[in-house]
Amino acid sequence: MNLQVEQIDKDLVHNFKIIGEIDIYTAPKLKEHLASLEQAEGMEVELDLSEVNYMDSTGLGVFVGFYKEVTANNGSLVIKGLNQRLYRLFEITGLNEIMQIEQAEGGEDDASV
Amino acid sequence: MMQVFDYIEVKVPAKPQYVGVARLAISGLASRVGFTYDEIEDLKIAASEALTNAVQHAYDDGKAGEVILGCAIYEDRLEIVVTDHGQSFDFEETKKKVGPYQDWNEESPLREGGLGLYLMETLMDEVKVDHGEGVIVFMTKYLGRERGEGHVKSTVFS
Repeated sequence: MNLQVEQIDKDLVHNFKIIGEIDIYTAPKLKEHLASLEQAEGMEVELDLSEVNYMDSTGLGVFVGFYKEVTANNGSLVIKGLNQRLYRLFEITGLNEIMQIEQAEGGEDDASV
Repeated sequence: MMQVFDYIEVKVPAKPQYVGVARLAISGLASRVGFTYDEIEDLKIAASEALTNAVQHAYDDGKAGEVILGCAIYEDRLEIVVTDHGQSFDFEETKKKVGPYQDWNEESPLREGGLGLYLMETLMDEVKVDHGEGVIVFMTKYLGRERGEGHVKSTVFS
């Protein structure tokens, strides 16, 4: 029941790797981490969710809020490394049509079972 | 009416850190009942959404209450009730009280968390809510039913 956020910036792209579970308990921590990033005009942000093993609407809420912030400053946000389960959440809520969402390679792989 | 096979209840403090604990219970139970991996994930999310709402509701009211997750196991389905009523409740009585989604009023705290509600509706076969003194969510998932079967989608915004 923990969440870890690692920030690995590559060149000019801010890269966050999110590890663990995102729910009502951990979502505020995630939000805080993302909010600590100083918003700059046209900045590029990537969120790697390949090691997120659980997420619900609380996580989607954080990502939508962050997406709004980044795009308000003409920046771009990519959410990547989604497994089938996580991708489905973005799909059934229609968020995949608004935000840039990338599935993990070998999509079907649910190795964590 | 078909008799309840087994009934399991988990009571946790209405605090964010315990939602994951109740989710683990649902996960184990759903696995024991025989749901598939995907169905178990659906149940975990749906139950967490209901628990999250109950915890937020308790917080808004400034009361340090408890949240009850009740699970009735039938031969063909799993019924889940989530309530922020502190005391134990009668599962069958509660079931009679809950109405369809359309009956909610605009002030319902579940409306604000519209995304969570939408997920519950989508991931479960049936979702009912009663917003009286507290919030009660009642939901059902059938065993061995293909996703999209039945009336799942059509009830969401109809």
